[in-house]
Amino acid sequence: MSEVITEKATIVEAPAGYQQPGFFATSLDKAVGLARKNSIWPLPFATSCCGIEFMALMASHYDLGRFGAERLSFSPRQADLLMVMGTIAKKMAPVLRQVYQQMAEPRWVLSMGACASSGGIFDTYSVLQGIDRVIPVDVYVPGCPPRPEQVIDGIMQIQKLVGSESLRRRHSPEYKEMMKKYGFE
Amino acid sequence: MENLLQYIHDKLKAKFGDAIISAEQLYDFPVFVVKRENIFDIMKFLKEDTETGFEFLTTLCGLHYPENKGHELGVMYQLHNLPKNWRIRVKTFFPITAPEVQSVTSLFPSANWQERQEYDFFGIIFKGHPNLKRILNMDSMNYYPMRKEYPLEDATRDDKNDSMFGR
Repeated sequence: MSEVITEKATIVEAPAGYQQPGFFATSLDKAVGLARKNSIWPLPFATSCCGIEFMALMASHYDLGRFGAERLSFSPRQADLLMVMGTIAKKMAPVLRQVYQQMAEPRWVLSMGACASSGGIFDTYSVLQGIDRVIPVDVYVPGCPPRPEQVIDGIMQIQKLVGSESLRRRHSPEYKEMMKKYGFE
Repeated sequence: MENLLQYIHDKLKAKFGDAIISAEQLYDFPVFVVKRENIFDIMKFLKEDTETGFEFLTTLCGLHYPENKGHELGVMYQLHNLPKNWRIRVKTFFPITAPEVQSVTSLFPSANWQERQEYDFFGIIFKGHPNLKRILNMDSMNYYPMRKEYPLEDATRDDKNDSMFGR
């Protein structure tokens, strides 16, 4: 995290802007991105062993709270980031889609581990071969299961996406087309 | 009991005669193979007769032996007499073209979900079951995955994207 000043207090740096005594000017995109990326509310969708690593990630040793993401949202309505952790059976796929649909825009998806990303070792009739078959995914974290450090890296990738996202992206025709491809209107 | 196999076999033979196809000791389990038509009555007798008293259905599972032509599919019931600690297995076989057997849900309520599972995985129709539908797999599945009729690696699958794995 290059933006973090590590000397005393941990405060994120201001985005690029124009600064003179008494005022600071930057674009709305950047100010909103700064706020969003440092207060991500994750929704854990943990179905198996990756969920255990996630517990370590949230606990004091790895402490995702340092990234402003310590407030887990167990309601999709208030969540920003859907973290899918573990094997998703085909029977679970409609549930996952519904949870995704219940989330308000803007929303991001992190796919943690081999199973969520590709079906993993469960190359079988009952397991969804990657959640990107039913919902769009922003960041994939490889591993079986990934160590918490890897998930932290994934969260930081998400933060990069969140911080640099244009406020118009969710209204763009490309985005709408992508959602249509997944069957979301 | 010293010879549980003989004891139960004598009882079943006296009551059901030819319906008992075979009886043998497999490790520490007496195993009885019976005719499909009599499975419900035999299970009822084993449960309700005061001398046998197998009141607990430990488990129930489907079987598939593709090489046994004419009786490929089967169901295995494992029964337990809790006070006397007797345990036996009862098996019945039937052709895959008519995979039907009487449900024992009315005798053992625990058979409800187990019979649904065997319907789900083997396509065995349990006649008289109150709610025979898939339990573990998605309802849209149009085959019975535990039947031994599929290659280990199915080349026709289109739900696996191998482009990234180089297999």
